[in-house]
Amino acid sequence: MSKGRYGIHGGQYISETLMNELIRLEECYEYYKKDPEFNQELDTLLKEYAGRPSLLYYAEKMTKDLGGAKIYLKREDLNHTGSHKINNVLGQVLLAKKMGKTRVIAETGAGQHGVATATAAALLGMECEVFMGKEDTDRQALNVYRMELLGAKVHPVLTGTQTLKDAVNETMREWSCRVADTHYVLGSVMGPHPFPMIVRDFQSVISKEAKAQILEKEGRLPAAVVACVGGGSNAMGSFYNFIEDEGVELIGCEAAGKGIDTDQHAATIARGSLGIFHGMKSYFCQDEYGQIAPVYSISAGLDYPGIGPEHAYLHDIGRAKYVPVTDDEAVDAFEYLARTEGIICAIESAHAVAHVRKIAANYSPEESIIVTLSGRGDKDVAAIARYKGVKLYE
Amino acid sequence: MSNKTAGMTDMVKNPLERVFATPNHKAFIAFLTAGDPSADSTVEFILEMEKAGVDLVEVGIPFSDPTAEGPVIQEASIRALRGGMTTDGVFEIVRRVREKSSLPLVFMTYLNPVFHYGYDKFFAKCEELGVSGIIIPDLPFEEKEEVEGPAAAHGVNVISMIAPTSEDRIQAIASQAKGFIYVVSSMGVTGVRTEIKTDIASMVESIRKVTDVPCAVGFGISTPAQAAAMARVSDGAIVGSAIVKLIARDGKDAARAVGEYVTAMKEAVAAV
Repeated sequence: MSKGRYGIHGGQYISETLMNELIRLEECYEYYKKDPEFNQELDTLLKEYAGRPSLLYYAEKMTKDLGGAKIYLKREDLNHTGSHKINNVLGQVLLAKKMGKTRVIAETGAGQHGVATATAAALLGMECEVFMGKEDTDRQALNVYRMELLGAKVHPVLTGTQTLKDAVNETMREWSCRVADTHYVLGSVMGPHPFPMIVRDFQSVISKEAKAQILEKEGRLPAAVVACVGGGSNAMGSFYNFIEDEGVELIGCEAAGKGIDTDQHAATIARGSLGIFHGMKSYFCQDEYGQIAPVYSISAGLDYPGIGPEHAYLHDIGRAKYVPVTDDEAVDAFEYLARTEGIICAIESAHAVAHVRKIAANYSPEESIIVTLSGRGDKDVAAIARYKGVKLYE
Repeated sequence: MSNKTAGMTDMVKNPLERVFATPNHKAFIAFLTAGDPSADSTVEFILEMEKAGVDLVEVGIPFSDPTAEGPVIQEASIRALRGGMTTDGVFEIVRRVREKSSLPLVFMTYLNPVFHYGYDKFFAKCEELGVSGIIIPDLPFEEKEEVEGPAAAHGVNVISMIAPTSEDRIQAIASQAKGFIYVVSSMGVTGVRTEIKTDIASMVESIRKVTDVPCAVGFGISTPAQAAAMARVSDGAIVGSAIVKLIARDGKDAARAVGEYVTAMKEAVAAV
């Protein structure tokens, strides 16, 4: 088996043009992850710039309303740039700088990863170009302007379904044109090795903090950790340090769009099959001939036909469970959290909140559930208003 | 009996060896996307290319997300898939070509369609239809064991690619290469380029240190002059996007333009 395997998943299925660059990236990462100076710099950025540690907030009203486990919200939405994406991006852009790169490129779905990359590039003095599906530049127009404000160049991607998958394709193509001075800041725990490992390591700060915080507040581990899954970076970050604690249920919430019995969803575990795409072996939504399926979700960030290889492995061995959540359920949860706790979360994160609403009552009040709010919902307000039929003029 | 045995041995020999067998004979290799614009057209274009003197045809099995292709071949893949082309449809195209021709053929596609078809079933079909090799741009040296066994069992060569960035990897890749080596002329994706800046001669020289497997150069070649220049420092030139462009322009009537183009390119390569 080649490198970067999670059970049968993972690997490095990528063009020869990029292989030496991936090998170099892995070597540099292995070196810098042990380098005290690198870690100190990253730690300072995370604390002083991104605002870590993020809060673990006891959602008392939600807990009372749902009548079961104590609900804790891991507030990644409070990070600088408004999502968990900054954790990975600061790590990767700092690493790229150490590697002597002067330019970073990235794909983005909802725009959260693009905004985070543009932010880190501005801070660390790198050139930045972001590839975003045309459909996403339309539904997340505000994030496009945000990236431009931060000095990044945004390329709308007109190929294929014009969403996240196509943005990844185009960023890979761009990277294979220009690797010498350019690092591809991949935004999720996906792609060829070493990306799933690097992104997971940088995101694992979420569960490292959450574990210490819950032990301090509750004196015991949570019964469950729940997070939304597209490629799966916030979920992997939320799960990682709890994998060893077998009593902690790990639950990923996939986008079921208009329902997993329709052809409009992005529920990879529920409806996908084993395949090899975007550099990795994993589960994908695809047809019988291995053509990647057009997927759908109200949430641009979950609108992806695959899932990271380590999630595929956690699913195979039964360590984590993946459940589908529909658009309607997510929109309800989005509104519910706003009214109940005064928190407008990202529509992606609302998928996780929706599932917690379903399961909280199955647990006792002595138990707790941690839900990761991967991002804040400002970017989604206009889209939700449209979904609800409200005429809104920005 | 002994004659028959000798004949059998020749049969077992991969037809790719025939492509480069003649001393000082430089090969012209053409690519097209199967099913663009239709199965009938693809059969017609392949036979037309044979008449025009092509040495080997790379038949592209369209994939929804061809990350190593530029816009021209991406669009051809979309046209073919929208027209209903499938892996089985491509095998049917080859079967029809085989009714009239023994032209050496290889497939070019991405790993996922092959994986989904089932490696053994896929390569058994290749063997049955006389498809001698396969080019899979998302299958690097490190992952080749994915298909190596079933491909070898059916006598199909998995073509190795060497890129301008390969450097210290050239030796390992070349030493295990079979059929021919696909030398990637340029960074990036497939597509017509006005200038090829890579020092192909020195890449080929590095390859020659470890193997005598033939080297064909592809990516970015469109003019007879470029093809000749590449053939001068290697064993042949591969052209894809320039042909696919003609097919995009003329659709089902492209046979004539494709034939004329292949004739001109073959002449340029042969004159080297």
